Amino acid sequence: MIEVEHLTKRYGPVTAVDDISFTVEKGEILGFLGPNGAGKTTTMRVLTGYMPATEGRARVAGFDVVEQPIQAKRRTGYLPETPPLYTDMSVRDYLLFCARIKGIARGDRVARVSAVMERTRVTEVAIRQCGKLSKGFRQRVGLAQALLNNPEVLILDEPTAGLDPKQIIETRELIKDLAGDHTVVLSTHILPEVSQTCQRVVIINRGKVVAIDTPDNLTSRLRGSESQFLQVDARGADAAAEIGALDGVTGVTVTDQRNGLTALEVASLTGRDIRQELAAAVVNRGWGLLELRPMRMSLEDVFLTLTTIEADAPATPPATPSAPTTEAA
Amino acid sequence: MSNVLAIAQKELKGYFASPIAYIVLGFFALMFGFFFYSLLLFFDRQGMGGGPTVNVNEQLIRPVFLNATVIFLFVLPMVTMRTYAEEKRQGTMELLLTAPLTDLQIILGKFLGAMGLFTAMLALSLIHIGVVFWRGNPEPLPILTTYLGLLLMGGCFVSLGLLISSLTRNQIVAGMATFGVFLMLWVINWIASFTGPTTQAVLNYLSITDHLDDFTRGIIDTKHLVYYISFIAFGLFLTARSVDTERWRG
Repeated sequence: MIEVEHLTKRYGPVTAVDDISFTVEKGEILGFLGPNGAGKTTTMRVLTGYMPATEGRARVAGFDVVEQPIQAKRRTGYLPETPPLYTDMSVRDYLLFCARIKGIARGDRVARVSAVMERTRVTEVAIRQCGKLSKGFRQRVGLAQALLNNPEVLILDEPTAGLDPKQIIETRELIKDLAGDHTVVLSTHILPEVSQTCQRVVIINRGKVVAIDTPDNLTSRLRGSESQFLQVDARGADAAAEIGALDGVTGVTVTDQRNGLTALEVASLTGRDIRQELAAAVVNRGWGLLELRPMRMSLEDVFLTLTTIEADAPATPPATPSAPTTEAA
Repeated sequence: MSNVLAIAQKELKGYFASPIAYIVLGFFALMFGFFFYSLLLFFDRQGMGGGPTVNVNEQLIRPVFLNATVIFLFVLPMVTMRTYAEEKRQGTMELLLTAPLTDLQIILGKFLGAMGLFTAMLALSLIHIGVVFWRGNPEPLPILTTYLGLLLMGGCFVSLGLLISSLTRNQIVAGMATFGVFLMLWVINWIASFTGPTTQAVLNYLSITDHLDDFTRGIIDTKHLVYYISFIAFGLFLTARSVDTERWRG
């Protein structure tokens, strides 16, 4: 549904987006993740036809955004970072105007606007001036605008920014709801949002794609091995040595030791779950088992690892992070 | 065309939703009324001397309109300064440029919207002209050509104002710069008589007011039509280029 090939965008000497390629399948929700200034907004602006790319090409719903901009734009809904509202128009008038410039037939406009207002829960402010709305409502009116033409592709630049927790959940539900019929690309810097809403994640940093994968794969694949957090009361025995001798354990690190309690990080071979063995070993020795849990890398860790490695060695492409990159094109 | 009208209507509604339209219309009504009244007093006095016959077209209507063009100088920058600057400031430029519209449709829409307000403003003067028709017996055709000339001249100012507004996101900058350029075009031929013949011709040709003169006398000269229409087209063309570079620059 969306194909981006070798896209590069330079602002004078500054390269905002550097040779990125990815595709988004129909009905998918793709998360765009990256620190500020990574090139998320620029990429989205190229996709929506707001600005042309310096090099490379992008196709949306089968139409090149530069060569057939009108066809591509007809099939795209876009919520920019700041909702593009006319401050002195009422919400209804604003949406009617948007419906008109998006080419919705005169007879359908009123019904379509009402349906979209219902869906984004802005009906109650229909006659209020856009300029007087709270940030949450502005954001939702912006989203309503993007949905008006029932677009095949939805591009949302930080759709939950400025919303309160309840609205964030509602908006996420709405976005999940939309997937299937619509293809969604959304950017955010709230990481849990990505793992909750998106089927695939593109992490970009300094204009380059550092990883494309599902959130689950990103968090598990990035680690070379499985590891468990274990806290025991070893009753004076050397817990680290005994656990380290168990079958399947590749390494043990003592992270904390006080009041007779020992906290360990137990690494094992990938793909082998040693939790049951660990628990049995602890109990058999007559120790007290206080805590046992798998240590998964959170998306935060993945994100930080990927974006910091890049920062440390800017000249060479990162070796480890490129591993989880699945073939997207 | 429907898209152009959509933008034009939005612009026009925007003027009336903000104080701009009322300030523009009120200021024009006040000043035009004052010009009309004072020139009417002069005209009255001339008529009473029993001298050569007075002509209401030549001695009242024409001077009123020529004087009234000064009002455009002040009013039109207020009309055009927000067109693009405001869209950029509030981020709605992104809405327009990502909607299935061409740049040309947006520019023409904005041009027509501003011209709509300008026409509404000019229409206020019909009251005074109506009074002249009621109490006097002027020739109608020169009045029509005068209106044509005024619309064309306003069109030049609007297209130039759009261009300047598209160059900045600050309305005040757009307004002041537009006023400055208008004023320069207004007075550019004041030094014409002190320059060589070539420069003189060029300066006179550039002067935006000079071309209006024949229209107020009831003459439609293609020379002036070409000047005004090419001025408008060139202004809109440059606006299109300016919006395009905005896309590249981000």
